[in-house]
Amino acid sequence: MSANSAKPKFAMYWAASCGGCEIAVLNIHEKILDVDANFDVVFWPVAMDAKYKDVQAMPDGAITLTLFNGGIRNNENEEMAHLLRRKSKILVAFGSCATEGCIPGLANFSSPQDIFEAAYATVSTDNPQNVRPQFRYTMPEGELRIPEFYPVLRTLDQVVKVDYYMPGCPPESHQIAAVIDLVIAALQGKAQLPPPGSTIGVGDSTVCDECKRARNEKTIKQFVRIQNLQVIDPALCLLEQGIPCNGPATRSGCGALCPLAGAQCIGCYGPAAGVVDYGARLMTAFASVIDSKDPEEVEHILDGLPDPAGQFYRFNLAGSLLRAAKPAWGK
Amino acid sequence: MTDNEQFEPVIIGFTCNWCSYRAADLAGTARIKYPPNIRLIRMMCSGRLDPTFVLKALAGGADGVLITGCHPGECHYLEQNYKAMRRYLLLRRVLTQMGIEAQRVKLVWASAAEGVKLAEEITKMVEEIRALGPLQWNSKQLSVNSEQISDDRSLFTAHSSQEVTA
Repeated sequence: MSANSAKPKFAMYWAASCGGCEIAVLNIHEKILDVDANFDVVFWPVAMDAKYKDVQAMPDGAITLTLFNGGIRNNENEEMAHLLRRKSKILVAFGSCATEGCIPGLANFSSPQDIFEAAYATVSTDNPQNVRPQFRYTMPEGELRIPEFYPVLRTLDQVVKVDYYMPGCPPESHQIAAVIDLVIAALQGKAQLPPPGSTIGVGDSTVCDECKRARNEKTIKQFVRIQNLQVIDPALCLLEQGIPCNGPATRSGCGALCPLAGAQCIGCYGPAAGVVDYGARLMTAFASVIDSKDPEEVEHILDGLPDPAGQFYRFNLAGSLLRAAKPAWGK
Repeated sequence: MTDNEQFEPVIIGFTCNWCSYRAADLAGTARIKYPPNIRLIRMMCSGRLDPTFVLKALAGGADGVLITGCHPGECHYLEQNYKAMRRYLLLRRVLTQMGIEAQRVKLVWASAAEGVKLAEEITKMVEEIRALGPLQWNSKQLSVNSEQISDDRSLFTAHSSQEVTA
C-alpha cells in the first residue's frame, strides 16, 4: 500500500449507501489479490485507514480508478463526489445508489420534515427530549458541523461527470471481477476501455432474456402479491401468473437470479439499454397485458398493485425523469 | 411572473393521426376558438403514447398533458386505444403518488367530427390548470442542480479550521 509505488492507484468510496457494494467487491474472492497486485489502494474507508485530507493532498488525476457507490444525500457526499472527481482519471458510478438512487432514493417520495419525523419521533424511537440533528452547533471550544441533509437525494451523475456506470444492488461479483480484469488489461495495453458514458458489467438485454421460464402471449386478469400465492408454477413466466415482475424493463447481467429462484425481479440492475424512464417502461409493459377493455374493471385489476410508484421506481426514483415527488422538492 | 399577470399554462397535447388530430384540424377550419396554451403533437395512434412522453413533458416544464385518441371501438389499429386507456389509468395512479394533481394529465376521446368537443375540452383543461397554478418541475430540478457549497457551508473547511485551533 505504499503511496510512492508506480502502480496505478485505486480508490473506493461510499456516500449514501448500505455497504453492500463493498461486500460485493470483497466477494470477488482471490481476485482481490489481483487488485492488490495491480493497484495501490490509496483510499477505501471501509477497508483501510485514510483521511479526507490525504485525498485532498493528492495531485489532480492521481487516482487511476475510483469506484464511487452511494447517492448524494448530504453535503459531505457532495464534497467527496467533487473531490474524487478531481482526483480520479476514471470515476465509476458503482452500484444502484450511485447510478440511479436505489433504496436511499425512495426518500425522494417524502418531504425532509417527514423523513426526520419518521427517524426521530415515531413510537419505535426512544427520543424523549425530541433531539434533532443540527447542522451547526456552537460549543465553548468552537463550532461543530455535521453533514447537512439535502431535501432531494441525487445520483452521482446529477452532481459530477461520471465516466462509467455499473448498476446492480449490489453489482454481481462475477461482473465486478470481469470489469477489474478489463481495466487491468487496458492498463497493460491489452484491451480497450469502452467509450466514456458506457454502462459496464452488464448484459445488453433484459432480465426476461436471461430468464428460463416459459413465455407466452400475456393476458392478466389480476395482479397478486407473491406471498399470497399457495402455488407458483416453477416453469412459467411470473408476470403471466399475475406476479408483478419487473424483468421486462430491467437490464440483464444478473443471470435472472430472482425469477429463477421463484421471486419476482425487483429491478436492481436498473433500466435496460435504451430505456429513458424505467417506471414508464414498466407502466407500458404492465398496462399492455391487462386483459380488459372496461375502465372500471381495469381499475379493479390495478388495485392489485397497491403501491405502483414504489413498484416501478424502487431503485430508480432519483434517476427517473421526475426524480422526486412534489413534497421532496418543497414549495 | 408578477401577481397581476395572468398565469398562462403550457399544455402538451398528444393527438392521434386518424381522429383527434383531425378533430383539431376541423376546429381550425371551422374557426372554432380555443386557447393557444396547448401545443399539439401528432402521433399515428394513442397506443403509441409511451408514459415516458408524459413524464418528459412534465419534467421539462409543461403544466399539463392532454392525451387524446379515437373513441373506444373506433381505433384505426383495432384496439390500441384500449392500451392507451390502461396506461393512462396506471400512470394517473403513479402521478398521484408523485404529488401531481390528477387534473394535470387527462385522457379525452375525440372523433374526426368532434372539433367542437375537442376545443371545449382544451378550453376547460386550460382553465382548470390555470386554477391549479404552475407545476414548474424543471425549475425545481435546476435549483437543486445549481446549489453550490460555499466555504461557509463546507464540512471540509470546518474540519481544517478546527485543526488549526486545536
